[in-house]
Amino acid sequence: MAHAHHDHDSAGKYYVPHASHWPIVGSIALFITMFGASQWLNNGISSMFWVGILCVLGLFFGWFRDVINESVAGTYNQAVDRSFRMGMMWFIFSEVMFFAAFFGALYYARNIAQPWLSGQGVKFANTLLWQNFTGGWPSNGPAKLGGEFEVIPAFSLPAVNTMILLTSGVTLTIAHHALKENKRGILNLFLALTFLLGFLFVYLQSTEYAEAYHELNLKLSSGIYGSTFFMLTGFHGLHVTIGAIMLTVIWLRSMKGHFSSENHFGFEAVAWYWHFVDVVWLGLFIFVYWL
Amino acid sequence: MSASHTHDTHAAGHDDHGPMKGWRRWFYATNHKDIGSMYLIFSLVMFLTGGLMAMFIRAELLYPGTQVLDPGTFNSMTTMHALIMVFGAVMPAFTGLANWMIPLQVGAPDMALPRMNNFSFWILPFAFGMLLLTLLVPGGSPAGGWTLYPPLVLQTGDAFPMAVFAVHLMGASSIMGAINVIVTIMNMRAPGMTLLKMPLFVWTWLITAYLLIAVMPVLAGAVTMLLTDHYFGTSFFNAAGGGDPVMFQHIFWFFGHPEVYIMILPAFGVVSEIIPTFSRKPLFGYDAMVYATASIAFLSFIVWAHHMFTTGMPLVGEMFFMLSTMLIAIPTGVKVFNWTATMWKGSISFETPMLFALSFLFLFTIGGFSGLMLAIAPADFQYHDTYFVVAHFHYVLVPGAVFSIMAATYYWLPKWTGHMYNEKMGKLHFWLSTIFVNVLFFPQHFLGLAGMPRRIPDYSTQFADWNFVSSIGGFCFGLTQLLFVYNIISCVRGGVKASDKVWDDASPQGLEWTVSSPAPYHSFEVPPEVK
Ligand code: HEM
Ligand SMILES: [Cu+2]
Repeated sequence: MAHAHHDHDSAGKYYVPHASHWPIVGSIALFITMFGASQWLNNGISSMFWVGILCVLGLFFGWFRDVINESVAGTYNQAVDRSFRMGMMWFIFSEVMFFAAFFGALYYARNIAQPWLSGQGVKFANTLLWQNFTGGWPSNGPAKLGGEFEVIPAFSLPAVNTMILLTSGVTLTIAHHALKENKRGILNLFLALTFLLGFLFVYLQSTEYAEAYHELNLKLSSGIYGSTFFMLTGFHGLHVTIGAIMLTVIWLRSMKGHFSSENHFGFEAVAWYWHFVDVVWLGLFIFVYWL
Repeated sequence: MSASHTHDTHAAGHDDHGPMKGWRRWFYATNHKDIGSMYLIFSLVMFLTGGLMAMFIRAELLYPGTQVLDPGTFNSMTTMHALIMVFGAVMPAFTGLANWMIPLQVGAPDMALPRMNNFSFWILPFAFGMLLLTLLVPGGSPAGGWTLYPPLVLQTGDAFPMAVFAVHLMGASSIMGAINVIVTIMNMRAPGMTLLKMPLFVWTWLITAYLLIAVMPVLAGAVTMLLTDHYFGTSFFNAAGGGDPVMFQHIFWFFGHPEVYIMILPAFGVVSEIIPTFSRKPLFGYDAMVYATASIAFLSFIVWAHHMFTTGMPLVGEMFFMLSTMLIAIPTGVKVFNWTATMWKGSISFETPMLFALSFLFLFTIGGFSGLMLAIAPADFQYHDTYFVVAHFHYVLVPGAVFSIMAATYYWLPKWTGHMYNEKMGKLHFWLSTIFVNVLFFPQHFLGLAGMPRRIPDYSTQFADWNFVSSIGGFCFGLTQLLFVYNIISCVRGGVKASDKVWDDASPQGLEWTVSSPAPYHSFEVPPEVK
């Protein structure tokens, strides 16, 4: 066979981690959660679901603790770091495609389903079922499911939320530069600002939902507009929440001095995630609220 | 990196040098070979489970009239058979092969993210456990077809959320598996292994992994919309609320067509390894093969609506999807010609893997041709939802994807186990499989052209003869697979010792043949140098 290779960063130095029980624990936790969710939907019994969620949270805690400990102990080398980076990027790409499915549904509903239902192209649905339907957007369909509703104007709270998320992108970048220059105080301050802005966004979004439900009669069940509006903003809000929690963890770790100016993959991964969530919001602001 | 240099050197090795003892070796696995074996065994179990369901389907269709299953059960058998074969048998088999072979073929010590690797495997038994549990719940298991079209699928009983969540779990598993493959290939190749020196199996898997990450989330989105339509009052697929059931088909097939290439590109890779070995010639047109694979992957994103010609698309849509679909025949043709040219003037020998690869070449091509027929939009109005479509996709999937998996198993089994399998029994398995797969599926072309609809438990008596033939072929094909199982088990347990090259007189190329047989528990702890 081939002979030894004496480069310190070669694949031969690749760190193959020791065995771990987290993957199997994770599979069981996911199964309990998913099976519990089915139970909930079928019989209204939610206990198994919540047990599952607890297990999943425990899983995240335990698995990440092990990884962080290994990282702090210096077990990971550059090659492993590269793997983590690539892995995170492809994971974000998969998230992009998940949102793409919902943006695609929005596009299809507005530009294809609406014209057809209102009598363009193949006319069956219009002539046979809903002759008076004229389409347009926002719409809850020819049967006006959920009744009359109003929408949230783009240049009110959503515009404020846009500013908040964009600002949080800036504060995060400032924090990153501070980390690279080893200015700990600025790093921790701006990290804290970032996740506070994130949580503020989530809070404002929830007041927006409350207004939609209680004052505008805009609900998840308000036809296709309600479906696309709440599913898109809802999944985004979930991602912001997760991202803000991750930023908080990064902040706590940063206070403990976990990151060095050259070596801080955890920080960067969360930063990429945050920017991704930011970009999705811009798409939402333009296509869901504005246009 | 200077500060952590000292750590680097001491952490370079592994904490554990051999396999762990007992059950921990499998439950806590991080070794790509252990995980690969688990994937392959799981896939075999699913292949037999899905196969059993197919036997029930063929038993029902043996004669006209309903005798074995009630119509609802019949429909849930076709649905479950497809879901299990696609997500439980074919995809995990290829991921198992990827796990075993990619690190060996690129000269890496393991997969890049070993724990996530184990996670992606262990999700699967739970996902399929949940899917199979639906057989027992009120309302029975899903019966609206594996394509899950609304509004029909929304009539599923308690099984509905379980099936949706099972699909979510399978998707998560596939995405993690795919990330691992990409990262391993991009980050862990041995020095000198440039991209255009990689074996084709590695190349095809790289592109497959990209497809997986691009489309599995879309499927997750589609089934999520089904779930909210069913339980939370959304109107994605409800025209009364401004949605459209046809929109589901668009989203599903945006996933679905790349998905069929996810199931065939690694098969192309396998065949591109085996044919050169047993022709004793390098692969003809290596670069063209790589580019053809990439173009197929690209095109697979813009052909999806060929599954929807009869949904009332505007004429431009029909034309676009018809022509884009036909374009795929070009890179596919490049591949078929290159495999053929590889054999040209080669000194060919016919061991079991080669036999299966040759069978693949002929029978997959038949499936490709029937695909071309289906791609002709006006003709598809006649063929759509008939047994002709069933014949088409079974030709590409059984003697296509599944035969390539069998070929790969015979080809690399000696490397995995250190023993030769029983060649006589392998050949018998091959001949019986090849004969009966045709007896099983060829008549379905006639049935379809004559108008027999798919997914219906009963049929008009004019279809009786060919259905009888097809069912007999089905039972025999099913029984034949027991030879495969027996051969694998006895090869794992013992047999003639395999040499390191395994196929000595064919002198196969590739790094996997430079390590001992069976491959050592940790391969390439020191990266080999590739010239
Ligand atoms: C030359 C390449 C191919 C062409 C032109 C082609 C074309 C088509 C068309 C037009 C249909 C829709 C027929 C209908 O429903 O009326 C179809 C169905 C199908 N094809 Fe292909 N195909 C090709 C290759 C493949 C490959 C390689 C696979 C998988 C390995 C595959 C798997 C399927 C499946 C599973 C279906 C049926 C899906 C369903 O309705 O359940 N095809 N194909
Ligand atoms: Cu297709």
